[in-house]
Amino acid sequence: MSLLEVKDLCKRFGGLQAVGNVSFTVAAGSIKALIGPNGAGKTTLFNLIFGALLPDSGQVWFDGQQTDGWQPHQVVAAGMARTFQHIRLFPKMSAWENIAVGRHVHSRAGFLASMLGLPWTRREQRAVREKALDIMRFLGVEDRADVEATSLAYGQQRIIELGRALACEPTLLLLDEPAAGLNMRETSEMAKLIARIRDTGVTVLLVEHDMTLVMNISDEVLVLSYGEKIADDKPLAIQKHPEVIKVYLGEDDA
Amino acid sequence: MSLDLFFQYLVAGITYGTIYAIVAIGFNIIYNTTGIINFAQGEFVMLGGMIGVTLHALVPMPVAIAGAVVVTMLVGALIEMLFIRWLRRPSVLRLIIITIGLSIGIRELALLLWGEGVRALPYFTGTAVTSLSIGDVHISPQVLWVLGISAVMVAALNFFFARTLLGRQMRACACNREAAQLCGISAKNMVTLSFVLSAGIGALAGCVISPITYVQYDSGTSLALKGFTVAILGGLGNSMAAIAAGLLLGSLESFSIWVMPAAYKDVIAISILLLILFVRPTGLFGNAEAARLKDY
Amino acid sequence: MARRRNLPIVVLALAVIAVQLASAAAGKPQYLTQLTMAGYYSLVIVGLTLLMGYTGQISLGHAGFFAIGGYTSGLLTTYNLHPRGGGGLVSLLQATGLLVAGQDLYGGDLLVVRPWAACLIAMLVAIGIAYLVGKPVLKLRGHYLAMATLGFGTIVYKVVLGSSLVGAADGISDIPAFPLFGGVVVTGKSALRVHNYYLAWGLVLGAMALLTNLVHSRVGRALRAIHGAEDAANAMGVDTARYKLNMFVLSAALAALGGVFLTHYNGGIGPSEASIMKSVRYVAIVAVGGMANLWGALIMGVLLNFLSLRGSFGSYDDAVFGLILLAIMLFAPDGLLRVELVRRVPGLRCVFGQERAP
Repeated sequence: MSLLEVKDLCKRFGGLQAVGNVSFTVAAGSIKALIGPNGAGKTTLFNLIFGALLPDSGQVWFDGQQTDGWQPHQVVAAGMARTFQHIRLFPKMSAWENIAVGRHVHSRAGFLASMLGLPWTRREQRAVREKALDIMRFLGVEDRADVEATSLAYGQQRIIELGRALACEPTLLLLDEPAAGLNMRETSEMAKLIARIRDTGVTVLLVEHDMTLVMNISDEVLVLSYGEKIADDKPLAIQKHPEVIKVYLGEDDA
Repeated sequence: MSLDLFFQYLVAGITYGTIYAIVAIGFNIIYNTTGIINFAQGEFVMLGGMIGVTLHALVPMPVAIAGAVVVTMLVGALIEMLFIRWLRRPSVLRLIIITIGLSIGIRELALLLWGEGVRALPYFTGTAVTSLSIGDVHISPQVLWVLGISAVMVAALNFFFARTLLGRQMRACACNREAAQLCGISAKNMVTLSFVLSAGIGALAGCVISPITYVQYDSGTSLALKGFTVAILGGLGNSMAAIAAGLLLGSLESFSIWVMPAAYKDVIAISILLLILFVRPTGLFGNAEAARLKDY
Repeated sequence: MARRRNLPIVVLALAVIAVQLASAAAGKPQYLTQLTMAGYYSLVIVGLTLLMGYTGQISLGHAGFFAIGGYTSGLLTTYNLHPRGGGGLVSLLQATGLLVAGQDLYGGDLLVVRPWAACLIAMLVAIGIAYLVGKPVLKLRGHYLAMATLGFGTIVYKVVLGSSLVGAADGISDIPAFPLFGGVVVTGKSALRVHNYYLAWGLVLGAMALLTNLVHSRVGRALRAIHGAEDAANAMGVDTARYKLNMFVLSAALAALGGVFLTHYNGGIGPSEASIMKSVRYVAIVAVGGMANLWGALIMGVLLNFLSLRGSFGSYDDAVFGLILLAIMLFAPDGLLRVELVRRVPGLRCVFGQERAP
């Protein structure tokens, strides 16, 4: 069954149709890739699904609930998490603390309880830290726990951002260009990592430019061009799809 | 309210509104080239008035005003070069606090130099009681001076930004700093120039308005708040809209005396500021896209 | 970890006692008066530190909340309801024991709100206004937020300055003492100077204990995340709008608390407490303390307020704070009591150390 269903989603910015009538589904437990030339509306689509942008029309159904019009923090509480195309780690916070922020919706100490320092809030704090360190171990970066996150190497910052999203314990993970800026070795490690995350039962929707990564790990690929869906199929079929080849290679080469 | 009283209020509103608009234009010039809101903008107006009054004791009025404008421009340049120019990628918060600190510094310096006394230049023509009568409406000639000089100032600025090389370079910087720098324009000098320009127009406004409103070491703060209100009303960065917004705010404030105690006059202006910020931060006349097409 | 966090509180408590003993031994009890007042101002400063330094939201209107607290409590405890006696509301209030009868200087009958009820109402008013103002204001960022809070502060100032109900330019005077419990009275009488010193610093200690807990909690982490990258914090499930608003209201409540107590301590309040210069002064102190450094802000707050109250800056009071602000932002935007600098002094490490892994 499908975990995410997008129905006729539309978004205009002034005169520009950023996303036009896009519909698709993401099956639970699968990896779906979203590709398309620059400016095809991929990140806009992401933001519409995640609640960072309000759609002009259309619906987003996630896990049986209609989530369009929700705020990001509500979407996260429902079980989505995301990473950013341009890394958005919290400065002046250590790597484990960055990941600990991802535990926000799974812990509950509020202003009053925190100020009073009630014993259960301290227990919760310890549990949050343990969970953050578990995630760092899963990602193989546990030795960087106390390093200021924004001073880490670029590739490791990407990993920490991924860990932060995993800390939300999502059922659907949205990855916006997870391999952007990574070298070939790092990219293939990232691909393995994403496959491992999927194997733990997390559904993944990702935007990516690196075709090797996309074709290797995706179960399905959705192709956008000028805000419209032109193909939605298995990776092998996508590679032979005439419309996709036209969009990527230009009319003459088709 | 009788019709002539209505016009009397309207004239007062327009006079004040013009000054608010000039302060708003000062905000816009600096904002467009730097992205900074200069919290010391009102202090330029105060300085202009104070220096003008001081110089007038020694030299004829036109010379005193010219001197006040030049000195304030120098202060503007100095401020930019000493406090802004060398900062590397300063945060917005830091810039806000620096310009607030500057405004306090200038104010306290003025207190030291001129004391707490209220000062004013004499009326440019006639005296406080001279008035021109149009029907039953009496207008002080100084009002005409304010309107006239402001109009000339706006026309001159328009000419500067549209026709001169320097003005065009400033606009280029405002549109796209990197691209302008690639064309060989020194963005840093343009920033200094923007401080000089807005200090200059502020000082001139301070001189022409001083016979009507008087000037005191601390009169900058409320002018800055109202100038900012007008800048926001018109859409930050849009100076033509600021003029309309200035006249609107000045009139509203003027008519508010009719329904509320005069002590709350400033409250009206600031409430409008808050309301606009909450409801339409892009300004009454603007939209988000127009706000990006900033001129000066 | 918890013990290390409590250590600074214990050190502060000991310092409070030591200062009192020293001033008694030196025969200079008058210092305690200024330290008491500085303590109440510190409540504003530590709250503002959390709002500005940790959450990253500037407020140039916190003197407004201080004044709202002080003025509301001052007005309620001095406004004579006696001429309105017999009115429905007044009788109702009287029946619930919220009012207290007395006599004014000339022997006239006086009927005013009891101080504790006035204090409570003042806090509620300040919290309510903070909520109503904060909700739209905190949607703004950068310059807009600064100007909006400046605008709010100016409105409070102009209203108290222009309203004869609260004494206009003269403010409210002859505000009664505020009896708390067990003979402890908030008053400026020199006989109770030591009591009041401990009361003020007891409040500061309490506030510091609560706020340090907050900083090192899930909420504190979320607030720092908002400061660092608001959209990313929202994307991690933090209800950023609510957290910013809660923090704004909390800091306003602390400011109002300081205002209420200082007003009863001084027996009066004037419009200068609401002035923009006061708000700027609070911001300056937070900046000198190191923005995101509660203890730094507290130390600087006490030091600078103490010197200012003793008149050390003469007529250059405002200029001094303006210069401090300028100098800090130009040359040490992370503050003087910077963590990296202070950490080098071994003994101070535990006081200023950031949260680290245990």
